[in-house]
Amino acid sequence: MCGIAGLIHRGKSSNVGSELQGMLQALKHRGEDSTGYALYGDTDGKNFIMRFKVGENVGEGSSSIMEDVSVYDERKKIVDETIKELGAKIVKEERTLPYSLRYEISYDKKDLLDFSQRIESIPGVEILSMGKSLEVIKDLGNAKAVCDRYSLDKLVGTHAIGHARMATESGVDIKSAHPFWGYPFSDVSVVHNGQLTNYWNNRRALENKGMRFMSECDSELIAVYIAQKMREGASLEEGMKDSLTGLDGVFTYFVATKDSLGMAKDTMAAKPLVLYESDELVAMGSEEIAIRSVLPQEIDTYDPFDGEVKVWRI
Amino acid sequence: MANIKTVEKKSKAQSMGMHTEVLTGRTQQKFFNPDEAENFYYFGTYDVDFNKRTDLDVKDMTAPEANKEIDKLMSEGYGTIVIKNPQGKHSLGVGILNKLNLIFEGSLGYFGMGSCDGPTVRINGRVGWSCAENLMAGKVVIEKNAGSCFGAAIRGGDLICKGSVGARTGIDMKGGTIIIGGDAGAFTGFMMQRGRIIILGDVGINLGDSMYDGTIFVGGKIGSYGSDAVDADLTASDQDWLKRKLKVAEIGENFDVSKMKKIVAGKKLWNYDNLEPTEKKGAI
Repeated sequence: MCGIAGLIHRGKSSNVGSELQGMLQALKHRGEDSTGYALYGDTDGKNFIMRFKVGENVGEGSSSIMEDVSVYDERKKIVDETIKELGAKIVKEERTLPYSLRYEISYDKKDLLDFSQRIESIPGVEILSMGKSLEVIKDLGNAKAVCDRYSLDKLVGTHAIGHARMATESGVDIKSAHPFWGYPFSDVSVVHNGQLTNYWNNRRALENKGMRFMSECDSELIAVYIAQKMREGASLEEGMKDSLTGLDGVFTYFVATKDSLGMAKDTMAAKPLVLYESDELVAMGSEEIAIRSVLPQEIDTYDPFDGEVKVWRI
Repeated sequence: MANIKTVEKKSKAQSMGMHTEVLTGRTQQKFFNPDEAENFYYFGTYDVDFNKRTDLDVKDMTAPEANKEIDKLMSEGYGTIVIKNPQGKHSLGVGILNKLNLIFEGSLGYFGMGSCDGPTVRINGRVGWSCAENLMAGKVVIEKNAGSCFGAAIRGGDLICKGSVGARTGIDMKGGTIIIGGDAGAFTGFMMQRGRIIILGDVGINLGDSMYDGTIFVGGKIGSYGSDAVDADLTASDQDWLKRKLKVAEIGENFDVSKMKKIVAGKKLWNYDNLEPTEKKGAI
């Protein structure tokens, strides 16, 4: 089933980590296999923030194979060396969990394709996100469990999107969890509720164009599809509108960039979305109760129509 | 000798598109006999007094707790219940089978007022997906917008949304009336079998797709027609009925109904013979 939620503050920052946690926790009945956050925090914009994993969570319910922690250390060491070889410098590093790391990296090139390809060529290593503001945090469990594990409730920023997942066609693991980074674009992330039926056709075509897929989750296709459209020169909104015909199936998805948040709904309108929009705040989710967790007072909300695409800027 | 009164009523109903076929095959119809009233018991219903009024704050209740509390209040004879702080909770007010004035001061989530038979409900907010699904009788009025599958499979009653509604409004409906003050999404009236839908605003793509019967009236633009949905002439009796209905619904009272479009089933898609599938098998 899965649930998605997102919000964008216009003209100000807020405690988006805590707000999104509340929204996703309200949707936990839609899936608790994994929960993911894409948070756009307030930063000075000088360094890239890279969230990556060197292994999987092998806790209860996981479909991943257990590995020795020493393997994680070995992979981390290779990542550190590769970053140095690429001419980048690790400014700050945090190891939240044995398999999950956060680096602040000084890197003066804009194109992240070469950088991310080199890092992800290390077996067992996956970049969850890279950007000057974006941080993707995803793990097994419900919204509160993931928020507590990564101390996300204090994160201040302008906007965020998140996903509560019920695994249906791919594994219960971090690599199949949402949000997906819009590889190799800085600060682009995607969450999706639905099912894509032309996944393999699109995947093969995109792989032929040099795009990478890390999982077999159909939702990853949206991130790669939009990223490819932007690579070809389309704006975010144009890429999203194109996806309404390029992607087949039922879907409602959100895309976020450094300064904007967008939603798209398929032409069958088969997946739910409730939206609240004001001059200060846009909040949306699979169910109204998600919005109510940040706006408990009586508000006007509506369901976007079939084939609708909307984009808001901070 | 034919009963003239019945014939007139029947042809009038047919001219308005309420139904154009006589039920045959294995369908069983049983009508209520007043002589058997004392033997008739509708499980889970209460005699309530509309002048007996109370408030119920459901802010800290789960949906089952709130519904049980409503049931308890009805059993105590309360006929007017005002629900405070529904805050988008799912499945509130479901399964009410008797007359009742129910007022929600706020919005409901999914499946609000599902499987009801008789209450008069006013929701001073918005409703999520599948509001009033399987409504048998009564009146449900929503002051703001509604989600998708609004009035799915209703059999009777009036369902009114003063704002706009999502996709698949009136899907599989078998009777009753749905009235929309604003716009409606894609696949409105999808596979509807009877009843009527009135939309004062625009409607999305595939209107009345695969409808068996029933009638849809649209005041605004139509995105596209679904399979087998066709235009029909708007008659004088249609216009009279629309005016009456919009007045009772407290919505679009001054709306020019003469310009509305009437959409019915072309009846080319389905096999409209009188045989049930098993009977057909035998005939072959």
